[in-house]
Parts: sequence; structure tokens; C-alpha cells
Amino acid sequence: MSVLVDRSTRLVVQGLTGKEGTFHALQMRDYGTNIVGGVTPGKGGSVHEGFPVFNTVSEAAAEAGANASVIYVPPPFAADAIMEAADAGVALIVCITEGIPTLDMVKAYHYVKARGVRLVGPNCPGVISPGHCKVGIMPGRIHLEGRVGVVSRSGTLTYEAVGQLTALGIGQSTCIGIGGDPVIGTTQRDALELFNDDPDTDAVVMIGEIGGTAEEEAAEYVKQNMKKPVVGFICGQTAPPGRRMGHAGAIIAGGKGTAAEKMTAMQAAGIHVVKSPADIGSKIKEVLG
Amino acid sequence: MKIHEYQGKELLRRYDVKVPRGRVARTVAEAEAAAGELGLPVVVKAQIHAGGRGKGGGVKLARTMEEVPELAGKILGMNLVTHQTGPEGRIVQTLLIEEGLRIKQEFYLGIVLDRAASQLVFMASQAGGMDIEEVAAHTPEKILKEYIDPAVGMQPFQARKLAFGLGLAPELIGKATKFMLALYRASIELDASLVEINPFLLTEDGDLYALDAKVTFDDNALYRHKEYEELRDLNEEAELEIEASKYDLNYIKLDGNIACMVNGAGLAMATMDIIKLAGGEPANFLDVGGGASQQRVENAFRILLADENVQAVLINIFGGIVRCDMVARGVVEAARNLNVERPIVVRLEGTNVEEGQAVLRESGMNFIVASGMKDAAEKVVAAAG
Repeated sequence: MSVLVDRSTRLVVQGLTGKEGTFHALQMRDYGTNIVGGVTPGKGGSVHEGFPVFNTVSEAAAEAGANASVIYVPPPFAADAIMEAADAGVALIVCITEGIPTLDMVKAYHYVKARGVRLVGPNCPGVISPGHCKVGIMPGRIHLEGRVGVVSRSGTLTYEAVGQLTALGIGQSTCIGIGGDPVIGTTQRDALELFNDDPDTDAVVMIGEIGGTAEEEAAEYVKQNMKKPVVGFICGQTAPPGRRMGHAGAIIAGGKGTAAEKMTAMQAAGIHVVKSPADIGSKIKEVLG
Repeated sequence: MKIHEYQGKELLRRYDVKVPRGRVARTVAEAEAAAGELGLPVVVKAQIHAGGRGKGGGVKLARTMEEVPELAGKILGMNLVTHQTGPEGRIVQTLLIEEGLRIKQEFYLGIVLDRAASQLVFMASQAGGMDIEEVAAHTPEKILKEYIDPAVGMQPFQARKLAFGLGLAPELIGKATKFMLALYRASIELDASLVEINPFLLTEDGDLYALDAKVTFDDNALYRHKEYEELRDLNEEAELEIEASKYDLNYIKLDGNIACMVNGAGLAMATMDIIKLAGGEPANFLDVGGGASQQRVENAFRILLADENVQAVLINIFGGIVRCDMVARGVVEAARNLNVERPIVVRLEGTNVEEGQAVLRESGMNFIVASGMKDAAEKVVAAAG
């Protein structure tokens, strides 16, 4: 078992015929993901790398039974793509695109929310349930099927944590890259809730970073509700204030959103916080006993 | 992207947001001419990308014509230190000379993204002219908030609520509502990530003005505002950061002596953190990008090594889709082309890591090969001495 994606996922790739879309669609298919088609407006009816292409997400949902979408559409068109997928009625939207204007994303966020659809991202590596289904751009090989959930705002830092777990022989139920933007569909708290309710997840790794208060809100959830151990790490402990550290959402603004504040809140909530990114895997091993 | 007060006001004026009459001056003579045109009194305001200019001595009132060159001369070229510039301060190269207005009351207005709500919030406060972060920390009840529904935008009733909440007299409500709606429209059309009017001024004559204006653009939206390129002030940016931006590299200069080159922003921050934990000081943040191609690695090396404080370099690459042996070949070629002499610690992880490490060892160059982030951090701190 796992959360969000599994063998029942029927995926449509928005932006399939672009370079990124094609490359990652093939990687996902190799991993075993059931891709039922792609969407590129104007290329409907054609076949691309063996995938049927549709003009709209609605067509892909109606004709191919797509129940999830992954988006590799360039930033100027990505918010529209998100809303199109939500309108088509897929249950899950994973948006990989980095660089979507904030105001576009605010609109898309509320549009999606009003329709009860789950959005992961944008600006994220995607979601993988090792051994079952990969939706995104993460390298499948580094993962191992198992019982630890991973949620993170980062891409390669998630791979680092997963790599540590796999090296220790600790598998993952699902790894959710929630994205590094200030406006994202699924938060740390949402992901923790999914893992808390998943009978096949025993513990969770939560990787946060400077900026915003999402980790504090997640900590509050852990304090009130979490039945499983959580290991946490916050990157940006040495980041200067007022500077955007690569991710649009990674900024200490007005003295708020520092790593120290987040780590304190997480510790107070009973999360096993590690100071060093090298200790994530060993800490999970320790808490699992 | 940050811009200067005078640039922000120029943009706001186009949206009918009332701002004081003003002129830009880059010399004392220009300041005098501006004061002549505007009439006395005038305010001489330092233009730097940082708040707290008044407290730092960068904003002065000139009541006489004699005071204008005196104050302009003092502020131009001064190293202005505020709580936002850091101790190194910023050299003032531009002034805004503005008409002096008779102040009755000062308020605060701001439009910003509330990340927790994923919505814009329009804030107003009677605590104008003060550090709003202080107000938010100690007396949050003094900040009024209206959340904006993105589907319909800010509505007049919301502006009215704020205007009444500020305690404005009934005859000023219409004027204030118009002002706020204009400000909202500006923030949307400009793709601003922040618009802050502090103070929002009520004059003795019953007029409302944006006495200060802080406008910051959403970097993700710059592609649809090509004209903003002209507003960029290179004097406000570190030299190496300007250079890095030419190669589309995400680089931030810091004060330490250990440079780092990492793929991915989160891993790059984590690498800085672990350098610090190992007893070193990071010299920079650098995300070289997912692929870490030879060309990008070479450009990154050039930027990192141009920083004279740097005594060792740590390369930390997680090869996911891109294979470690490919990355290793790129690193070897780049280091060879640039004849890098300072010690380089390389940590590769992920796909084909053994092949990658072999490429480094067999290159005949002096790479220090590390396994794991902790090992890498300890080795680079030792190498930096």
C-alpha cells in the first residue's frame, strides 16, 4: 500500500510531446507507471512514443479513463494546465513545472481546491510509490519498496534522504515532493495526514526549508494527531535573511521563517529533528528500533 | 526583483495612486535644480534597496535653499547603514527630491501574499511610519486585514472596511477607497510580490498620498514584463552575482571560505548547513542545476574561484536522472580547462557512483573524493585549513 499513487493510477501526461514530457514519460513507463495518454493541444489523434495523444484533458479522462495527471508544461501555460486537469475531473494533479507566476498560482490553487481535487506541486519532483508507480522526475532506481513515508519541499535533497534510507535497507511507502514554491497544493501537514492514515506507513521523514510557516503547521498536526514517529530536517540553517535561496518559497522574510524557529516548533511537537542532513537515514533506523 | 522608491512611485502614478511631486537627482546640482522646480520645503531621500533609511540618516527635510546642497552633498556618496543593509551598508548614488507635505496622520498599507492562506492579503494599520514587522510581532491587533478572493479581486466594500477601520473621517472614506483600489490594481497588473506604502499619509489639507513606496516584483513573472529590465540597478547587486546571473546560475555570495557547488536548491542549502556543522564557513549558495553539465560546472567554477576568500571547493552532486560518471567527466574537464589549483572535494551519489569516482581518481588531478555528505564536509573543512 501507499498513498496518492499506486497500480490503479491511470496517468495522463500534459505536455507529453515536449522534450521534458517525452523523456520523463518514457522513464515513468519503464518504471511501470500506467500512462494512458498525453495531452498536447492540436496533436490529438496522433500517437507519440506509443502513447495516444489527446487535445484536451477531458478527452483523455473520457476516452482513456485517466484519473491522474502530471504536468510538464512551460510556466506561462502551467496554471491553465492545472485548472484544465481539475475541470476534467482527475483526482490527482502533479505539477512539475518550476517558475509559475505567483498570481497565476493563487488563482489555480483556489480553482482546484473548490473542485476537491488534490494538487501536488508545482515546482516539485513528483510522487513515487516505490515498486508500484512513479509520477514525476525522480530517479526510480534509488528507491526501495517499504514502509517509510517521505515528504519534502526539495528535489535532490529528497533523493539524498531516500538514498540514505535505501542504503540502510529501509524502504519507502511513498515519497511526496510537495514543491519549493510559496503557493503549493499539498502541504507538509496534508502529507503527514495521508501517511498517518496509511496502514502501510510506519514512520515519516519530513524535510522542510526556510520560508513560510508550513513546518510549524505540520508540527501542530503532529502534536495533536500523529500516531507514528516523524524524523525532521530543515535546510537553510545558514541561509542569510532576505535572500531567495533558489526556491521561490525559500526566503526568510521580515525575520520570519528561519530554520531555528521551525526546528524549535518541530522539536516541541515531538518530531525527531536532526541538525545534519547526513543523519536522516540513521535517525529513522533508530526510531524504528 | 527589488526596485527603488522613485521607480515604484513612477509606476504607481500610472495607476492613479497619488504620490508627492518629485525629481531624481544624481548630483548636488541636480538636487538644487529639482528643489527650485518643486519649491520649498523639499525632502531629500536616499535611494537604496533597503528599508530603515530614515533612521539611518538617509532622509532629511530641507526648509531653505541653502540646506538643499548641504543635505544632498551629505547623503550622496554616504555609506548608509540600516537594519536591512547589514553592517556593510550601501553607498548612496541616487536621491529622490520630493515636495514636503504637511503631515496630519500617518498610516500603513500593504499588499502581500499570505502563504498559509494562499491568498493576497491587503493590510492597513494606524501604526504608520513604523517598522511593520515590529507592529506585527508585538501588537498584531493593530493590523487590519482583508483577504482577496482571486476570482473576483478586491471589492470596494473591503477597501471601505479598511478605511473605516483606520478611523478616517467620513468625508475621506471615498478618497481612501479609491486610493486602495488603485493600489490593488497596480499590484496585480505589475505582478508585484509586495507593495507597501509606509507611511500612507493624510495631509493637513485632507489629501492622501503614498509618502513612501516599496514595490517588489515576482521573479517568476518577469518574463511578461520585459520593461522591468531597465529598472534593474546593478549597483545594488554583488559583482559575482551579476556575473552568475549571466549564466543563469543561482548564486548567492556569503562571507566564508568554503565554496560549494551543488545540484538542487534544497541540497545546496543542506550542504551549506553541513559545512557549518563541520566547523567551516560556506562562501556561497550555488545551485548548478539538475543536469550539472560540463558547461555549467565550468561557469560555476569561474564564479566560485573569483571569490578570493575561497580556499577550497566542495562539489556535491546527486546524480539521479543524470549519471555520476557523466557528471564526473564534466567536472574533470572543467577543472582541467580552468587549471584549478585550490583543493576540490567531490562527493557524488546516485546512479553509477562507482564509475564516477573512478573517473575522478583516474583523471590524474588532485580531487579529494568523498563518500557521503558528512565525509565531504569534514574533508573540505580540513582542506581549507
